[in-house]
Amino acid sequence: MDFVNQLQRKFIDYSSSLHREGIVDDQFTQLRKLEDENSPHFVMEVASLFFEDCEKLINNMAIALEQKQGVDFKQIDECIHQLKGSSSSIGAMRVKNACIAFRSFSDAQNREGCLRCLQQLSHEYSLLKNKLQTLFVVSVASRYLYVCLLMVGRENEHAEPFSDVLVFQLEQQIVAAGGSIPRVH
Amino acid sequence: MGNMATQTQFHVLAVDDSLIDRKLIERLLKTSSYQVTAVDSGSKALEFLGLNGENEDEERNSSVESVSAADEDHQVGVNLIITDYCMPGMTGYDLLRKIKQSSSFKDIPVVIMSSENIPSRINRCLEDGAEEFFLKPVKLSDVNKLRPHLMKGITTKTEMQSNTNKRKGSEEIQSPDRTRPRYNELEVV
Repeated sequence: MDFVNQLQRKFIDYSSSLHREGIVDDQFTQLRKLEDENSPHFVMEVASLFFEDCEKLINNMAIALEQKQGVDFKQIDECIHQLKGSSSSIGAMRVKNACIAFRSFSDAQNREGCLRCLQQLSHEYSLLKNKLQTLFVVSVASRYLYVCLLMVGRENEHAEPFSDVLVFQLEQQIVAAGGSIPRVH
Repeated sequence: MGNMATQTQFHVLAVDDSLIDRKLIERLLKTSSYQVTAVDSGSKALEFLGLNGENEDEERNSSVESVSAADEDHQVGVNLIITDYCMPGMTGYDLLRKIKQSSSFKDIPVVIMSSENIPSRINRCLEDGAEEFFLKPVKLSDVNKLRPHLMKGITTKTEMQSNTNKRKGSEEIQSPDRTRPRYNELEVV
């Protein structure tokens, strides 16, 4: 029963599909390369910050577009600029592209166009969040499963460890929390 | 080059108003084994360096932990500044100008980052003293370009300490159309 292999396979397939669908681009791959034993959750941390940021900005833009006395397009533009920057930095390609489209309507001070763009942006954001959260769950599950296997001495049933340094980190955490890593050989 | 006992790591000051970009640049720099201080504005950067407004060496507030870079015996200062261009209040360009106008800090290499590819902006930054201009999103390959600029600072210091008057050879790393003379002084950063 090679659950870990299967999970790892799922992770790889799922990750590839995100790239294929254009949800993330090469910058996301670059971020994953920056994870190591000192920073094993870097991508998740940055993604969480991004989700918060995105929700706040989308909300601010929705409010701005509702203003009866006149829409502050300068504010909208600043929000778009910020969101375009952060989505680009984490590799959220479709969100970034939605921002680019949004900007042209904001520049033209086209309220209806902006409302449509905001809707599209929200949609892309939801999609991204959903997919990344799934990716993270699969990633974490397979790491923990690997550690469980380690604890019962069955780790060699798994062809390749998910990531040596990440497993090392998890082992350290278990030991630091007062647990032990029993080996059965 | 054994006179650098006190300095085991280069210290980079990163300036960006975006939290996500600060996290990213911090990770990129730490991955490259640099010590990092990240601040969210140009004015905080100047505060950290000990430059407040017009006066240099003004009384430092408690957030500044390191000795002024003007103190040559204890080089715990900043070896490079990397800053975003577009920031509210003081832009990265304004910060660049202030650094280059400061007698204590003008030799600290400054690198500018921007999400916008505007040639006139890029040229202006490079002409006014920026060592590099990175387009965002910044990658590890960009951060690898920082090392020569940091090593140049070490080389200059070592020459000072060994008391040679030999002029540094032309180790121009930047594009050849830069006209500003930059290697004439032996002044330590």
